[in-house]
Amino acid sequence: MKKLFLISLILMMPMFAQASGGPSIKLDSMEADASDKSSLQRGMQTYVNYCLGCHTAQYQRYIRAAEDLHIPEDLVMEHLIFSDQKIGDQMTSAMDPKLAAQWFGATPPDLTNEINLRGTDWVYTYLRSFYADESRPYGVNNVVYPAVGMPNVLADLQGIQTKTCGEVTQLDDHGAAVIDSLTGEAITEQSCELLSVAEGSGTMTPAQFDAAMYDLTNFMAYMSKPYKSDSQRIGLWAILFCLMMTVLFYFLKKEFWRDVH
Amino acid sequence: MAVGNPNRAKAERGIVRWIDDRFPLTQMWQDHMSKYYASKNLNFWYVFGVLSLLVLVNQILTGIWLTMSYEPSAEGAFASVEYIMRDVEMGWIIRYMHSSGASAFFIVVYLHMFRGLMYGSYQKPRELIWLFGMAIYLTLMAEGFFGYLLPWGQMSYWGAQVILSLAGAIPVVGEDLVQWIRGDYLISGITLNRFFSLHVIALPIVIMALVLLHILALHDVGSNNPDGIEIDKDKDENGVPVDGVAFWPYHVVKDLVAIGIFLTVFCLVIFFFPEGGGYFIEKPNYEPANSLKTPEHIAPVWYFTPYYSMLRAITFSLFGLDAKFLGVVTMGGAIAILFVVPWLDRSPVKSMRYKGWMSRTALAVFVVSFIVLGYLGTIATTEGRTQAAQLFTLLYFLYFILMPFYTRIEATKPVPSRVVES
Repeated sequence: MKKLFLISLILMMPMFAQASGGPSIKLDSMEADASDKSSLQRGMQTYVNYCLGCHTAQYQRYIRAAEDLHIPEDLVMEHLIFSDQKIGDQMTSAMDPKLAAQWFGATPPDLTNEINLRGTDWVYTYLRSFYADESRPYGVNNVVYPAVGMPNVLADLQGIQTKTCGEVTQLDDHGAAVIDSLTGEAITEQSCELLSVAEGSGTMTPAQFDAAMYDLTNFMAYMSKPYKSDSQRIGLWAILFCLMMTVLFYFLKKEFWRDVH
Repeated sequence: MAVGNPNRAKAERGIVRWIDDRFPLTQMWQDHMSKYYASKNLNFWYVFGVLSLLVLVNQILTGIWLTMSYEPSAEGAFASVEYIMRDVEMGWIIRYMHSSGASAFFIVVYLHMFRGLMYGSYQKPRELIWLFGMAIYLTLMAEGFFGYLLPWGQMSYWGAQVILSLAGAIPVVGEDLVQWIRGDYLISGITLNRFFSLHVIALPIVIMALVLLHILALHDVGSNNPDGIEIDKDKDENGVPVDGVAFWPYHVVKDLVAIGIFLTVFCLVIFFFPEGGGYFIEKPNYEPANSLKTPEHIAPVWYFTPYYSMLRAITFSLFGLDAKFLGVVTMGGAIAILFVVPWLDRSPVKSMRYKGWMSRTALAVFVVSFIVLGYLGTIATTEGRTQAAQLFTLLYFLYFILMPFYTRIEATKPVPSRVVES
C-alpha cells in the first residue's frame, strides 16, 4: 500500500513541475517587515502625502494605525490628517469617484487590500517602474502595468525616468545569469528596456527613492493585514499550548491503554 | 469522581437516578460511550471521523460569532467582512478559523472517505452508514458553495456564477431554473440573501441531523476495523467482544491525541498561513464583487476542483447533447456513483489488507486520479491538460465501473479470526 502510494506520488511529480511558470516581467523582491515601526511610520507619511488624495484606504482607521505604528494621536492629527476627519475615521479621500473616473479613465482603486491582491513584489516594482512616454495622456507609462491611467505622482521625489539602451546581463528562463563557459563571465546583451533617472531631476537619489518605496510598500503590507504581528505572537503561544496538550494526551493515552492486551 | 466525599457522590447518584427515571441518560451513556466497543486495533485512519465532528463544532461556533457582525447585502457584505477582520475584537481569528475550517472539513472528510474505501467500511452491514455519510458529503458541498458567496469578493461572485450556470445546461428548463435559484437575472443581493439563509440555517440543520443518523447507524452495527473483522462474533463470558475496547475511556483518550495534533496543525494554518497559499482564500476575493469585470482565471475552491476538472474535460457533444450538459452529467455522475459503492464491491473480504493486487491498484489509480483532477481544476486549461483531465476522468469512473469484476475475480488472502495488532 505504502509503496503504491509512493509510486503514485512520483508519477504525479511532472504534472506539478510543468504548471509552475513565472510572470513575464521580472519583479524585484520585497520582504515586508511588520516589526520595523519607523519604516511603517515613514511609509504612512508617504501614503497620506502622495497616495491618499486619490486612493482611499477605506477599511483602515487612523487610530488603528496610530496604535499599531506607535505614533502619538496628536501627531497623527497634526501631520497625517489633512481634512476635518477625526482620529477614529477611516482613511477616505475627498475626491469624487465619478469625476476621478473621467480624469483617469477609471476610479483609482481602494488600496487597503492591494498587497493581498498583488503581493509586495508587484507593488514595490510598480512604484519604481514609471517612465516618460509622450504617447500617454499624462506623459508616463509603466513597465509593470502597461498603459496604466495613473500619472507618476512620485516624479518630484524620483525625478524623470526614461527607457534607455545599454548592456545587460543575459538571463535564462529561471532568472539566473547565463555564464560563458570559456571565460567564466556572465554573457551580456543589448537591451533598450533599461530604466534610468536623469541625474538631479528628483529630490531623492535613486537609493533614497528605493528606500522610500520600500517603506511605502511596507505600510501597504501592514494595511492589508494589520493583525499580522498579533497573529504571529498569539500563534506561537497557541501552537505551543496545543503541542503541550498533545504531549499530555499522549501520556494519558499510554496510561489508559496499558491494560489493553 | 468525588473520592473522599461520600455525601457528594451519593447526591450525584441521586440526581442521575432522578433523571434516569424520566430519561434514558445512563442507558444512552452506556450505549454510545462506556459500553460501546470498538476494535482495539483501530489505527491512524480512524481518527478522521471524530476530527470531522470537531471541525463541524468549530464551524458552527465560529459561524454564530461571524453572523453577529456579517451583513448579508450586496452593498455591505464585503465591507462587513473587512469590518470583522479589522475592527471586531479577535474577529480575524474567528474568520480565519471559519475559512480555514471549511478547507479542514473537506481534508478530514476526504481522508475519512478514503479510509472507508480502503477498509471496506461500506460493506454489509454498514451500507446505510455509507449512504448517510455520502448525504453529509453532498450537503457539505452545497454548504461550502453557499458559504463561499458570502464574502462577496470577485471569486465568490464569479465562482458562483460559473457553478450556477451549470444548471442552465439542463435542456429546456435550464435557464428558467437558474433564474429561479438566483431570484434575479444575475447574481445579486437577492441571491446573496437566500444563500445566506441556506448557509446559516437550512443546511446546518440538515448536516447535524445527518451526522446524528450516521452515528446512530454506526453505533447500532459497530465500527469496522483495519482487518474488516466483525468483532461481535467473538465475545467473552460478559458479552464483551474479546477484540473490542470501550469507547469511553479508551478510544476517547486515543482520539484526544489526534485532536491535539490536528489543533496544532490547524493553529499553524490560521495564524501563519490562513490563505493556504491562495487555495483556502483566493487572491481575487480581496476585491469586491463586480458584475462588469470578469477575473482572468476563475477557479472554484480546491475541494470542488476534481469535479470542475471533469466538467471542463468534456469538450465534445454526443447524441445531440451539448458538451456543457454532458459535463454536468459527468460531474453529477462522479458524485452519484460514490453512493452505490456498497453494491459495486463484490469482494468476500472487506479490508484492503486481504484483497488482491487488482483492488489495491484500482484504489491507488483512483486516488491519483482524484488528486490530479483536483490539481488540474485549479489551473487554466491547455490542450494537453484537457487531454490529461479526460484520461483521469476515465480512470476515476473505471475504478467504480470495473469494481464488480475485479473484486470478484481476484484472489483474496485468508482473513484471520482475530484482529491483528499493529
